[in-house]
Amino acid sequence: MDAALAVEDLAVRFPGAGCTGDVLAVDGISLAVARGEIQALIGESGSGKSVTLLALAGLLPPTARISGRIWLEGRPLHDLPARARAALRGRGIGMVFQDPAGSLNPVLTAGSQLDEVVTVHQGLRGRAARRESEALLARVGIGDPARRARAFPHQLSGGMKQRVAIAMALAARPAVLLADEPTTALDATVQAQIFDLLVGLVEEERLALLLVTHDLSVAAAVADRIAVLYAGRIVEQRPAASLVVTPAHPYTRALTQAALPFRAAANRDRRLPGLPGSTPAAGGSGCAFATRCPLAVARCRSEAPPLEGHADGTVACWRAGESAP
Amino acid sequence: MTRFARGWATGGRIGGAILLALAAVAVAAPWIAPGDPLAIAGRPLLPPFTDDRFPLGTDQLGRDVLAGLVHGAGASLIVGLAAAAAAIGIGILVGTVAGFFGGVADEALMRLTEAFQTVPTFLLALAMVSVLGASADHVVLAIAVSSWPATARLVRAEILSLKRRDYVDAARLAGMPPLAIAFREVLPGALQPVVALIGVTVGAAILVESSLAFLGLGDPNQVTWGGMVANGRAALRSAPQLVALPGAAVALTVLAVSLLGDGIAARLAPRRDR
Repeated sequence: MDAALAVEDLAVRFPGAGCTGDVLAVDGISLAVARGEIQALIGESGSGKSVTLLALAGLLPPTARISGRIWLEGRPLHDLPARARAALRGRGIGMVFQDPAGSLNPVLTAGSQLDEVVTVHQGLRGRAARRESEALLARVGIGDPARRARAFPHQLSGGMKQRVAIAMALAARPAVLLADEPTTALDATVQAQIFDLLVGLVEEERLALLLVTHDLSVAAAVADRIAVLYAGRIVEQRPAASLVVTPAHPYTRALTQAALPFRAAANRDRRLPGLPGSTPAAGGSGCAFATRCPLAVARCRSEAPPLEGHADGTVACWRAGESAP
Repeated sequence: MTRFARGWATGGRIGGAILLALAAVAVAAPWIAPGDPLAIAGRPLLPPFTDDRFPLGTDQLGRDVLAGLVHGAGASLIVGLAAAAAAIGIGILVGTVAGFFGGVADEALMRLTEAFQTVPTFLLALAMVSVLGASADHVVLAIAVSSWPATARLVRAEILSLKRRDYVDAARLAGMPPLAIAFREVLPGALQPVVALIGVTVGAAILVESSLAFLGLGDPNQVTWGGMVANGRAALRSAPQLVALPGAAVALTVLAVSLLGDGIAARLAPRRDR
């Protein structure tokens, strides 16, 4: 297995309290990301994309029941005892969170938080750790790193904070970077800069980036491959370029149509086609999208479609590639 | 800064100045009033301002009141500060472990905290000193053991609200050991309200120390303000200053501590949300 991160049949279940049953948040996801590759995971709120990421990072609360197999650079995490697993994750996986204001400790300077991670992973202390921290800050495009290292998070701009957070994720020199909507909390112009930085890092450091986003246009612009998540399952996984042009799953098609085209300004009265309803809970019988699908037939409601090869990727739909009547 | 906060800042400066003056007096006690303050120095019950050698007069046994006040400052401040520091230390330790690790550790430590809270602070300190014997160390220990629960509960609550932040997850994923995360990442953020509690705790510790001394449970070889009040009580009608002067000293010290504590807390407060 040459993927930096490979996931097979990952399922996450939260036990229900009292009369409510268990909640199945992720229902059998398989993914592989190679070094130098960007895999995007997109879906609506509640589709299980963030839970997938937290499960990979080992950050779900202990009540969550996780099953499936995860390999990190060929080593099976699922076979290891908890302590060894945490150590392997710490070295092999870096994570960038959604809100940089929350992922940095407000009472420690940027430099001292970086120093701690550098100390844990590279065994450097004191001035050596600080030099490495400043090198990391420079690596993520922060000018005058020696001065910024002495700044508290509230003295840094949002984009700068996210750069520091990325530097912290890189401190362990991980193979895999997990990013949970890393620009949602930032301005649009800063968004582009952060993605430029991430794309550059993936190329230069040969990182494998798993990017969670709900923004299809971002995924299409940045990612090599896109996996579309619906109700805890992957419904379509294809190269980014072809997925947005010729979506095969009706859900993906609805997503591409719901994105605002640049031409919209020209004809203002055109309504943006939305998708009525909301994501159902995972784990029902039949195709989870059947209730909202314009193409649904009887078979869709009774039998869940498997993820099968289609065009240049995989699609889970009985009527893959067919267009609406 | 609001006018309210500025008012507290001024109060804090005044409190700090009073405490500095008291500390200076305590340090300089051997020079201001040389010799043993417990030794008989002159005629008993000399009223204040009548004899140049005893500006504040003498008590029933002929001991210099000024010397007692000056030497008592050190005992009150040191015992108060040491007891409060120990209480806050225990509280931070218990609160952080309980809040961060949760589960069985939390249950056990919080039930223990509640057990200590159900016993009135002063009675617990009184019982401990009675059993252990009256000495400065035991007074510090007794006050610390009886007054840590407030800090523990406060720290635990702060830790609970901080431990689900992303930076804690980031540290966990980075492989930092849980104890290091608890004390180096989470605890510093929880300390700000504890600073506000320092003033209250130190003030309370000084009061408990004086009360114990008043009941004769202070160190018998040291002058204490509480002990002076206890001695002066017998002559309350004829020489009220023997009670009033050390009483005022206790009140002034607690007021100064409390002003300084509030001043520091007000000073720190605006930084919270930045």
